[in-house]
Amino acid sequence: MSINISQVAQLARLELPAVDQAEFQLEIDTILDFVAQLDDADLDSVTPMLHPLDGQQRLRLDHVTETNQREALLALTQHSEDGYYLVPQVIE
Amino acid sequence: MQELTIRELASHLQLGKISSVELVSDCIKTIKESNSTLNSFLSVSEERALHEAAEADRARQRGEEGPLLGIPLAHKDVICTEGIRTSCGSKMLDNFIAPYDASLVSMLKRAGAICVGKTNMDEFAMGSSNETSFYGSVANPWDNTRVPGGSSGGSAAAVAARLVPVATATDTGGSIRQPAAFCGVTGIKPTYGRVSRYGVVAFASSLDQAGVIAVNAEDAALVLEQMSGLDPLDSTSVEHSVDYTSAIERSIKGLKIGIPKQYFNAQLDTQISDCLSVALDELTAQGAQLVDIDLPNTKMSIPSYYLIASAECSSNLSRYDGVRYGHRCADPVNLDDLYTRSRSEGFGAEVKRRILLGTFALSSGYYDDYYLKAQKARRQVANDFQNAFKCVDMIAAPVTPEVAFPLGAKKNDPLAMYLSDVFTVPASLAGLPAMSIPAGFSQSLPVGLQLIAPHFQEAALFNVAHRYQLSTGWHLQKPTGARR
Repeated sequence: MSINISQVAQLARLELPAVDQAEFQLEIDTILDFVAQLDDADLDSVTPMLHPLDGQQRLRLDHVTETNQREALLALTQHSEDGYYLVPQVIE
Repeated sequence: MQELTIRELASHLQLGKISSVELVSDCIKTIKESNSTLNSFLSVSEERALHEAAEADRARQRGEEGPLLGIPLAHKDVICTEGIRTSCGSKMLDNFIAPYDASLVSMLKRAGAICVGKTNMDEFAMGSSNETSFYGSVANPWDNTRVPGGSSGGSAAAVAARLVPVATATDTGGSIRQPAAFCGVTGIKPTYGRVSRYGVVAFASSLDQAGVIAVNAEDAALVLEQMSGLDPLDSTSVEHSVDYTSAIERSIKGLKIGIPKQYFNAQLDTQISDCLSVALDELTAQGAQLVDIDLPNTKMSIPSYYLIASAECSSNLSRYDGVRYGHRCADPVNLDDLYTRSRSEGFGAEVKRRILLGTFALSSGYYDDYYLKAQKARRQVANDFQNAFKCVDMIAAPVTPEVAFPLGAKKNDPLAMYLSDVFTVPASLAGLPAMSIPAGFSQSLPVGLQLIAPHFQEAALFNVAHRYQLSTGWHLQKPTGARR
C-alpha cells in the first residue's frame, strides 16, 4: 500500500517540505504494510469495538452549567480585538 | 525524611516532625539541582507550591485533615493546571496556560496535595522513549545514556530519582506502565473511565486514561483513590465503588494468575524472562496458582492500536489551528495558510506522522479497510481477555520485551518503536486496569512485572502488588545519585 502523501497532508492541513514528504511516505507505507496483517484475520462477523466498556453516551439535563469565561479564554491568544478572535480576512 | 512513603510522610506531617513548607522546599531544591541531568521537569511552580504548602500547614494547625494534606506531587504536562503552563511537550502549546484545572487536579487539591511542577513527556503523549518532546528527552536515572520510556518518561524518572514521592501520568497504549518498568517504579493505568479525562489534553479518546506513578503500590493506591470517580464533566467517566486500600493486605492464597503464552515468547529478552520467573515463584510461594492461558489475538493488538490511536489523534488534534490558543504562524496570508503553517510549525515529526496515518485511515474510501477493521480487531483482543478471566482472577506478563534502550536507538525507526509497546497495548485496547511493578534487574537496569485485572478490579492489582512488595525489595532499589 502506498498513500498519496501530499493529498493526505493537505487534508490534515500540514505542509511538508519535499525531503520530509519522502521520509513520511516511506515510514507510513511501512506501517501500512505492517497493519495489513489484519487482512489475514476473519473479522467479517465481528462487531466493531467503539468503546472499551461498550458504554452508552450519558445524557445530562439541558441546563446551563458553564459560567461565562470569555475574557479568560480570549486571553489565551494575542490576536483578539473587541471580544473577537482575529483571523486573516475571509471575505473580500 | 526522603526515604519515607506517602503514608509515613503524612504521619510525620501530622505529628509535626516536618512541615509541608519544608517538604515542598526540599523537593523543589532537588528538582532544580537534577534537571540539567535528567530533564524530567518542564516547569516548577515554586511560588505557588510554597504558598499552598504554607496554607496546608496552617490548615493542619487549625485541625483540618486531608488524605494527602501537604504532600508534594508532580503532574504530567498533558494535564491542565490553572495558571501553570500545560505544554504537552509540544511547541504547539509552548505558551498555553490553561484557564482551568483538570478534574483530577481539582480532586487531588481537595485531598490536600501540592503540585510542585509539571513533568516532561513525549509530544502530545505520542512516543515510547520521551524523545519526541519539544523540550528534549529525559534521561533514565539508572543510566543517563538510556531512555526513561514514554510517554510519561518525566513522571517515571522523577519518581525513580526520588524528586517527588508520586506523579500523575497518562496511558494510551502503555505510557504509564512502560516508563514505570524502565525506571524501576510502580505505575498503574486504571480501568478506562475510572479517572475523569476532563482537562487531560486528548490524544486518543477511547484509550486515554490517567493514573499514577509512585515508589510502591500502597502509595499509588492512596493517590489513585483520590483521583477516581464519576465526573459530570466527562461523560465517559464511570460510577463504581472506589476502595483500593482497605483490602490491600489480604492474603493472595488461592488467587489464580493467568500466564499468557503469547507474552512469554521469543520476543522477550531471556534475562527479563528469568526475572519474571523468580517473581512468579514469589507469588506462588504466597499461595497463588499459575494457570497457562491463551490470548490468541494478541498479534492483532499493535496494528489495531496504531490505526485507532492515530485516527483518534488526527481528529483530536484538528483543534490546533492557530486561532484561539497555541502556536500561531507569523503573517498568515489567508485562513488556510494560518491553519497549515501554524500546524506545520507547531507539531513535531512523530505527531505529524500519526496525524497523517490517522487522516489516511479515516479518509473516504479507506475507512472500512483500516479504521473499521482495527475496531473489529480490537473486539477480538478484548474478547480474549474476557474469555481468560472466566478461568483466572488476574494475568501476569512482562511489561516490555527489553530493558530501557539507549537514547537514539529507535528514534528513526517508528515501527520498531511501536513494536516495543507489544505487551502493554492489549490491556489498553480492552480498557483493563494494568500495573507495572519492579521485579528485578537485567544488565543493571530495572525489569517490570505487569499485572492485568478485569475491569474495575484495581483493588486486586494493588493487593497482589503490595503483597509482592512486602516480601521483595526491588521497589526499594534506587539509582545511584538518587537523593532518597
